[in-house]
Amino acid sequence: MKAHGTVFKYGDNVDTDVIIPARYLNSSEPAELASHCMEDLDAEFIKKVKKGDIIVADKNFGCGSSREHAPIAIKAAGVGCVIAETFARIFYRNSINIGLPIVECAEAAKGIEAGDEVEVDFDSGLITNVTKGITYQGQAFPEFMQRIIRAEGLVNYINNK
Amino acid sequence: MGMTMTQKILAAHAGLESVEAGQLIEADLDLVLGNDITSPVAIKEMDKMKVSGVFDKDKIALVPDHFVPNKDIKSAEHCKCVREFAYRNEITNYFEVGEMGIEHALLPEKGLTVAGDVIIGADSHTCTYGALGAFSTGVGSTDMAAGMATGKAWFKVPSAIRFNLVGKPSEWVSGKDVILHIIGMIGVDGALYKSMEFVGEGIKNLTMDDRFTIANMAIEAGGKNGIFPVDELAAAYMKEHSAREFKVYEADADAVYDEEYTIDLSALRPTVAFPHLPENTKTIDEITEDIRIDQVVIGSCTNGRLDDLRTAARVLKDRHVAKGMRCIIIPATQAIYMQAMEEGLLKIFLQAGAVVSTPTCGPCLGGYMGILAEGERCVSTTNRNFVGRMGHVKSEIYLASPAVAAASAVTGKISCPCRL
Repeated sequence: MKAHGTVFKYGDNVDTDVIIPARYLNSSEPAELASHCMEDLDAEFIKKVKKGDIIVADKNFGCGSSREHAPIAIKAAGVGCVIAETFARIFYRNSINIGLPIVECAEAAKGIEAGDEVEVDFDSGLITNVTKGITYQGQAFPEFMQRIIRAEGLVNYINNK
Repeated sequence: MGMTMTQKILAAHAGLESVEAGQLIEADLDLVLGNDITSPVAIKEMDKMKVSGVFDKDKIALVPDHFVPNKDIKSAEHCKCVREFAYRNEITNYFEVGEMGIEHALLPEKGLTVAGDVIIGADSHTCTYGALGAFSTGVGSTDMAAGMATGKAWFKVPSAIRFNLVGKPSEWVSGKDVILHIIGMIGVDGALYKSMEFVGEGIKNLTMDDRFTIANMAIEAGGKNGIFPVDELAAAYMKEHSAREFKVYEADADAVYDEEYTIDLSALRPTVAFPHLPENTKTIDEITEDIRIDQVVIGSCTNGRLDDLRTAARVLKDRHVAKGMRCIIIPATQAIYMQAMEEGLLKIFLQAGAVVSTPTCGPCLGGYMGILAEGERCVSTTNRNFVGRMGHVKSEIYLASPAVAAASAVTGKISCPCRL
């Protein structure tokens, strides 16, 4: 499985309140949540994002509220992968559980710039910056989490057990 | 190798003799919690699972508290979804408007969380129950759904940071100042994926409400959970509120910690977190400029308990909020509301020109009941001051204790009650 797209770049501590502000949490519809994704941080994001695009951020991405609406909004906006130096733990769990691909890689987070064309191979964890011709090795998931990811989320994983 | 408090609780619930940091385990759950925002998503996910119902109708708590009483039609639909699920599955601990409270104040008060428990909640501040010596942590809606269906959850066993608290806090210094100080020291990801274990002789000088506040904000340092040892005060609290047996787990003498800090509570000062991160802390003495404010909020799962209201009342008694100030006070549960009434606190608030609301998370997350306009500033006893958290993206939140918030309401600028 691979993601291939253009990069949107953000800094440290992107919190779930800016990913999807609580004023929209009276809905749980993915498409509606997606229409407000990143609105308070980058109003241009939702206008520009194309299917398969990639978010790259620095440390502690997804900190704050446990709202699963945050990875749901990102996934429904068409984002193919999120790369960050580190993820906040609840966002990390939620992403795996709903099947939003995420990769921790400090070097990639530092080296990749907004607008770069990037490819991510989830099986190998290999991140390729096509624009700059640089590759990075992202952290591979533990076997247990790979099983959840292969099942495309926790619900299927439990149903398959 | 020795285990931490958290590791011992997790080992016991995974049926293992011992666990170590980094190990992936599946643990039995004592309680699964959800609210009106996260439960509808969980219910939708649970419907996709091949299960006939919930694992145990007594071990699920559903607390509509974020947007209730229903703030709009969509919120009403969410609450209806939760209510119907609760009735359909005969959930014992569903709390309707009139009996509900803010979840993390309500559950300990109802005796549903005790020492030794493993608790997950689809709300990031589920870490609050660590004040009672439980392992409790926030998860998302899909984890909540799996928890309701199977009674189990997967965890990566966390390593820990030990905070050795010594000394006695001075007047006007509370649990909020302790945790803001810690977050300012280690940062908003300082405890990422880790347990924060609060130990030391200084704990005896912290009330239960102080401890709930401290454990509550472990997530604001990125922590997986915050946890306190069980002393006489905590045991007495649980005996008063719960009929359930509790089990005390103590860290081994040779437990391994990633880091250790000693914090002298007597040296702490009232502390304020500036926009837009809880780690941007300054002590009240370091704030030299006048920071004019428009609104004060005293409440939330962090600071809406009886101690908090008593402190606010002590400051507001025979005083009045500044001209043009909106001071919103929200008792966290019906029982706290009732007790505040009986003690005359509500009268003090109303005479001071504050408003008092039914329990709700409302303004804390910018839901309703106190949204900020462009350029407005609020001193709030809540837990997050992210961009746009309480309203307009160009509004500002300053996190503080009830004492500082009440004093600021009186003067119209960020103030210490010690200087009123």
